[in-house]
Amino acid sequence: MKGAAIPAALLAGLLAAAGLRIAVAADEPLALADGPGRDLTIGRCIICHSLEYIPSNAPAMNRAGWLKTIQKMKDRFGAPLTDEESKQILDYLDGHYSGKT
Amino acid sequence: MRRRELLLGAAGGWFAVRALGALAAAGEDKDALGTLAGKRPLIQRALRPPNFETPLRDLAAAFTPNDVFFVRYHLAVIPRIDPATWRLTVGGSSVGSALTLSLHELQHDFERVELAAVNQCSGNRRGLFTPRVPGVQWGNGAMGNALWSGVRLRDVLRRARIAPDALEVVFNGADTPVLPGTPDFVKSLPAERALDENTLIALAMNGRPLPHWNGAPARLVVPGWTGTYWVKHLTDIRVEPQAFEGFWMKAAYRLPTGAFPGYRFASQETKETTPITEILVNSLITSHVSGARLRRGATAALAGKAWDNGAGIEGVEVSTDGRASWRDAVLGKDLGRYAWREFRMPLDTSSVGTLNVAVRARSRNGTRQPDTLTVNPAGYHDNIVQTVTLEVV
Repeated sequence: MKGAAIPAALLAGLLAAAGLRIAVAADEPLALADGPGRDLTIGRCIICHSLEYIPSNAPAMNRAGWLKTIQKMKDRFGAPLTDEESKQILDYLDGHYSGKT
Repeated sequence: MRRRELLLGAAGGWFAVRALGALAAAGEDKDALGTLAGKRPLIQRALRPPNFETPLRDLAAAFTPNDVFFVRYHLAVIPRIDPATWRLTVGGSSVGSALTLSLHELQHDFERVELAAVNQCSGNRRGLFTPRVPGVQWGNGAMGNALWSGVRLRDVLRRARIAPDALEVVFNGADTPVLPGTPDFVKSLPAERALDENTLIALAMNGRPLPHWNGAPARLVVPGWTGTYWVKHLTDIRVEPQAFEGFWMKAAYRLPTGAFPGYRFASQETKETTPITEILVNSLITSHVSGARLRRGATAALAGKAWDNGAGIEGVEVSTDGRASWRDAVLGKDLGRYAWREFRMPLDTSSVGTLNVAVRARSRNGTRQPDTLTVNPAGYHDNIVQTVTLEVV
């Protein structure tokens, strides 16, 4: 699969592949900041974990920290990420969730 | 109140409701609460995999009730296990006769034992670290004290005829990763710790079968060691003559070598890093949070818990003058050396003003809570002296 993903569809597909199904009530959008790369970030991260980790870790993070985390998810945990996707996700996370000075 | 409901119907099936507007008790009002099936509201650090923390008010009891006991998982596929068909296999190169045990056999073919012990996540208090470090941002509640009952791991290992060349014992549980590239959560213990009479395969907690979220139907209990070794939903035990090479031993749950006291897991140690093992001496004030107000002249007492690696708490000192002077608190009932120990200290409310309270516990192992944090990359072992500021008004 190539290009920007639609999170809900991607999520449903991945979870279906894993034998899971998910229903999210429509009134509560997953609360990550708007911006380029948001949907890709949600779509990839939520394969394995919910999104609380992103805002909760922001105070401990800067660009180098997010880069390390993304590499860990890819290399150690097998996250399906192309280099281009990793770059987009890094830009998004660093742009919105880098709180460490 | 706006609510988001997530329903995840897996093979095991799990269900969670997050009440976004719900607020915890005073002092914890920044923390959103969430509820897992069978649990009362807990501080939700992550919904999936579930990481839920016990609120401070629920840490005041001598034994932490099952329905508020903290929940910690690395992997998101967590099957509900049918106790009737569940089996525990015991094998590996260093056993003489491999075993497959049913729950019934574990319950009836081995001596039943019980002990009280603190289960504390290695990363408890990570969220309080300065500077901040990445990971689940736990507060004080990734811990609890329970009465664990089950069988001795060593009785099971002896039944399997553990060989003299056994170096490590390796434990796997039924939880699995979503992606094939994610390392399964598998942990090992040194053979000597596995053969310690206090290391248990627990089947019950506080007199009830283990809750699903705390490892039903059987989990490892390694008293005095951090929670990472307490493998839940235990399915597979292997005894091996060499060090286990898995990610969760070789790459995760490690400390700078020599930075902290405690048992050295020699077969897993390198020059740079070493596995976290024993719990460090620590304490927690459960009666008050910083900023609490006391009425002048009213009777008040500071209370909390102190615990260590199982050496036993020797004493707890309390200062109310910003660490200038210390007095010994009164210790509560001894529930066993691996349990926490309650402490209590009357507070002088005779004059209006600020009480700068600090608490430090000391262990029979010769250690005492330090004043400063030993920073380490994963944010483990925060056992520094806790302080709260109280106002007499």
